[in-house]
Amino acid sequence: MTEIGLSHYLAVAAILFTIGVFGIFVNRKNVIILLMSIELLLLAVNINLVAFSSHLGDLAGQVFAMFVLTVAAAEAAVGLAILVVYFRNRGNISVEDVNLMKG
Amino acid sequence: MAPILIVFGPFAGSIIAGLFQRFIGDRGAQVITTGFLVLSALLSAWVFYDVIFAENARTIPLATWMQIGDFHATWSLRLDPLSAVMLVVVTSVSALVHVYSWGYMSDDPHRARFFSYLSLFTFAMLMLVTADDFLQLFFGWEGVGLASYLLIGFWYKKKSANNAAIKAFVTNRVGDFGFALGIMAIFAVFGSVSFDSVFSDVEGMSALSWSFLGMEYNAIELIAFLLFIGAMGKSAQFFLHVWLPDAMEGPTPVSALIHAATMVTAGVFLVCRCYPLFEAAPLTSAFVTIIGATTALYAATVGLAQNDIKRVIAYSTCSQLGYMFFAAGLGLYSAAMFHLFTHAFFKALLFLGAGSVIHGLHNEQDMRKMGGTFQALPATYLLMIIGTLALTGVGIPGTPLGFAGFFSKDMIIEEAFMMGEEGVPFGMLAFWVGVIAAGLTSFYSWRLIFMTFHGKFRGEKEVLDHAHESPPVMMIPLILLAVGAIFAGITFKDQFVGRNAFTFWEESLPAGPYAEGNYGDEYRASLAEDVLAGHTDLESESLEAAVGEGDASAPSQTTDSPAGAAASGEVGEAHGGHHPPTWVLWTPLFVTVFGFALAWFLYVRHEGFGARLAARKGPLHSFLLNKWYFDELYHFVFVRGTAALGDIFWKVGDRRIIDGFGPNGFAASAMAAARRLSRAQSGFLYHYAFVMLIGVVALTLWAMTGAGGE
Repeated sequence: MTEIGLSHYLAVAAILFTIGVFGIFVNRKNVIILLMSIELLLLAVNINLVAFSSHLGDLAGQVFAMFVLTVAAAEAAVGLAILVVYFRNRGNISVEDVNLMKG
Repeated sequence: MAPILIVFGPFAGSIIAGLFQRFIGDRGAQVITTGFLVLSALLSAWVFYDVIFAENARTIPLATWMQIGDFHATWSLRLDPLSAVMLVVVTSVSALVHVYSWGYMSDDPHRARFFSYLSLFTFAMLMLVTADDFLQLFFGWEGVGLASYLLIGFWYKKKSANNAAIKAFVTNRVGDFGFALGIMAIFAVFGSVSFDSVFSDVEGMSALSWSFLGMEYNAIELIAFLLFIGAMGKSAQFFLHVWLPDAMEGPTPVSALIHAATMVTAGVFLVCRCYPLFEAAPLTSAFVTIIGATTALYAATVGLAQNDIKRVIAYSTCSQLGYMFFAAGLGLYSAAMFHLFTHAFFKALLFLGAGSVIHGLHNEQDMRKMGGTFQALPATYLLMIIGTLALTGVGIPGTPLGFAGFFSKDMIIEEAFMMGEEGVPFGMLAFWVGVIAAGLTSFYSWRLIFMTFHGKFRGEKEVLDHAHESPPVMMIPLILLAVGAIFAGITFKDQFVGRNAFTFWEESLPAGPYAEGNYGDEYRASLAEDVLAGHTDLESESLEAAVGEGDASAPSQTTDSPAGAAASGEVGEAHGGHHPPTWVLWTPLFVTVFGFALAWFLYVRHEGFGARLAARKGPLHSFLLNKWYFDELYHFVFVRGTAALGDIFWKVGDRRIIDGFGPNGFAASAMAAARRLSRAQSGFLYHYAFVMLIGVVALTLWAMTGAGGE
């Protein structure tokens, strides 16, 4: 049984990040999944921050992680609010149809 | 002061009549312009006397026009015998035409404009004839062109009038282009455009030549040629004559003033004014002779078949201008000016007489619808007869009996014969053309008289019933012109071309072979030298001619005559008295009478014969009626050619190349680029996210490989 070290945390964070990224651009169905994927990305970053904070003995990383959590919560709230309004207007939240900005 | 008033009086009249009509009314405009013109005419007569008989030739400087480096142009009034003659001609005819227009234009709603244009024309023409340098001459030249354009198109609601005005203007542009190039060439050669300095330098420059496109051109020849191109345009000579007959669309007084008496003679004036250049340019002079002779003959033949009364006279004008030009080309400048002088009177008389007929018959111009009107228009008839007699040059050789044209036209023909004898190129050709054209002139002039005044009336009866003689305000100018047409020749013959010509013209023109003191001993001596040097070809011809066996095909032919070597005595005799053989004097009269008889035979004795001839539409008649198909040819070559060229430039040059690669090209490529770029803007979030990711990865790799870091 090996000691769980920095590299493990980083690997987990990288895997989470990758899942998040793929969640963003492979997902064609649902905007909520998009929001969740962004949440995943942020969490992956948080894990990195905390892992380095602990590894380097510097609390600044954990403080930063708290900020990221706060921002993520706010972002989720705003995103969901937009989503609700969007759904009221369009009747669905399929990502396929979200292309009003197409040039 | 008087000369300034002569020139600028009409200008003031033109401005006042043109701009202040609403304050002074039509009547006021008429009074002011006509008043200024009559004043000008009277003062001109005084200046004529002052310059010529009191020998007070002078140049009055007015102002500097421009001074750029060596280029110096001035406004000035040059008063020498040549311009004094022109002053008299221009102002007197113009004044009479102004008076005549009171009657002729009495129904027109735009009388003030008409009188303003007439006075403007007179001003420009006076600037032209009193110019002391080429630039002022050019100013006047363009001024008369403008006035001509305005007056031809005076009835601007008539499409044909507008077309004729444009045609006149454009045709004149061709000539003016040559003239402008000529002036530039003059400045390039002489470094000045002032007459005196140019003419005094001609000898020194006669050897100068330019090479262009691998050919060598003598500079003086080239300058003279270019100036003559300008003269051809303005004076409606062959190739550039097409505008003159169409210019008859203008009101008849305009035709009389501009297209008969004054403006069209500007070309002759130019050649005479520049005679030192033309004398130094033998090739160009020969060209002038050929063009003049061709025009004289061409226009006379076309005149035979025309049916419009004004067009007949227009072609007659063209033909008479041809006479003037071949005279000038042969070096007979004084004879050309004399013919210009007399021609102004009788041609203005004919035109105004035709105007009186048209006025009397309620704007009928077609001679086929006239006839038998002499009872309704007796005074006009008589005056037209006088004009015709003057035009055809009726007179008895050797006596002072004769109309104006007799002295001037026959003088040209005689002197052309003498020049031909002396071996001036194409002299004999010009002589024979002059004789033939005189016969044709007589025929078409009498045809006009007979068709208009004799026989049965062919128009609608109502027109004849209402035909009326013109009012006195129109008849008085006609009578004055008739006096000129009768007496201008005999009165001024000795001064212009006869014994006193040398003192009359002084420096301004060569006096011609009849002048005493000119062509004197020195000239005879040089002729004798020619004989001694064995130039036998000249004499052989003069011998032939002297015994009265000259024939039309022979003149240009020269053969070596065995008699030539021994002929010096006889030649001296032939030229010593400066008199051509008697048959030469009588030939023009003979052909004139013949033309009259033929016209009488065809149009009076067998009335309707001419009409039947015309109705058969023979090829010759059609050829003449359609003016040798010049209009069609020009239409085909120039109008259609220009249109096709314009089409190419428009469709290929402008639309395809300039628009295609220019504005539209830029726009199209920007559009295409934008379309391609906009495809990247899919609107899908995950596309943007993916691009961002790629960016992050790339930046990370960049940082990790150390390219950006340390």
